[in-house]
Amino acid sequence: MTELREVDHDWAVTRPAVLRDALGVGIATGAYGLSFGAISTASGLSVLQTCFLSLVLFSGGSQFALAGVVGGGGAPMTGAATALLLGVRNGFYGLRLSGLLRLRSWQRPLAAQIVIDESTAMSVVRTSRPAARLAFWSTGISVFVLWNLATVIGAFAADALRDPRVLGLDAAAPAAFLALMSPRLRSREPRIVAAVAAVVALASVPLVPTGVPVLLAAAVAVVFGFGSTRREPDDEPLAPEEVNA
Amino acid sequence: MWPAVIVASLGCYAIKLVGLSVPQKWLANRRVMHVANLLPVALLTALIATQAFTSGRHLQIDARAAGLLAAVIAVRFKAPFLVVVGLACLVAAVVRLAA
Repeated sequence: MTELREVDHDWAVTRPAVLRDALGVGIATGAYGLSFGAISTASGLSVLQTCFLSLVLFSGGSQFALAGVVGGGGAPMTGAATALLLGVRNGFYGLRLSGLLRLRSWQRPLAAQIVIDESTAMSVVRTSRPAARLAFWSTGISVFVLWNLATVIGAFAADALRDPRVLGLDAAAPAAFLALMSPRLRSREPRIVAAVAAVVALASVPLVPTGVPVLLAAAVAVVFGFGSTRREPDDEPLAPEEVNA
Repeated sequence: MWPAVIVASLGCYAIKLVGLSVPQKWLANRRVMHVANLLPVALLTALIATQAFTSGRHLQIDARAAGLLAAVIAVRFKAPFLVVVGLACLVAAVVRLAA
């Protein structure tokens, strides 16, 4: 990874490539949205509640968790708590994204709604700020539109789609995240962090409530980030007075 | 049901907004910024691992692992995004059908 550039000199190439990928990510998560719509209504949520979740909550993992807890006979508020726990990672994404995107204050409430795994993963791998911004907005909007459209269709076609595993759709999300993250995994430190994070998350799954393993992985990033004294090449340049502030 | 739906939805939106609104001054420290850089990597790989290898609160190797393996190979060969995802679904579906 090179230093983040303020100007993208290959914009004529970068722009269509980013937009094409954003649409691709939207289509892939849309396919997953079909199964959310179906599973959510099968779990006892109404079509309106299902669509409300996709519009307002808009974070796949949290939505599936809520529907899963309710469908499994759990109390709705337990489902809400699990959804919130899973949603905490979006807050961590925001920490990284705000410096990358440099949003104006009026843009922030809009941008917040589309801070999700996909828009973050597409944005943080870019080498220029304009590309990072374009990747964030185009992916966020593409996923938002297609996810909501798919939710409605899935909610009404519940019977045909109740078991998305038959279509292998449960393999879609991990494969998508892998494809999105792979550019970041070329240098050594992110690779080590990724490997340790995966091991920590898997090892803790049987021991802690749903949602917590991913947060323990965040602790791995904190430990490595504070522990390493080396200047990483993909760090953003800092003004001298900001260093060690 | 509605109270839970509304609490989860507004809460998750608030979490996103708070993350974006943390003053940049707080993040200006080089190490803090380094942590912020590594957070998406750690979180997304943890998600990959838990979504591919767990079921509820148990570890489980099934067709999803085969799908993920197919995705790894496709990424190695620099396949386009939709090909990676489509191939993973296809392999998972076929392995599940065969099992």
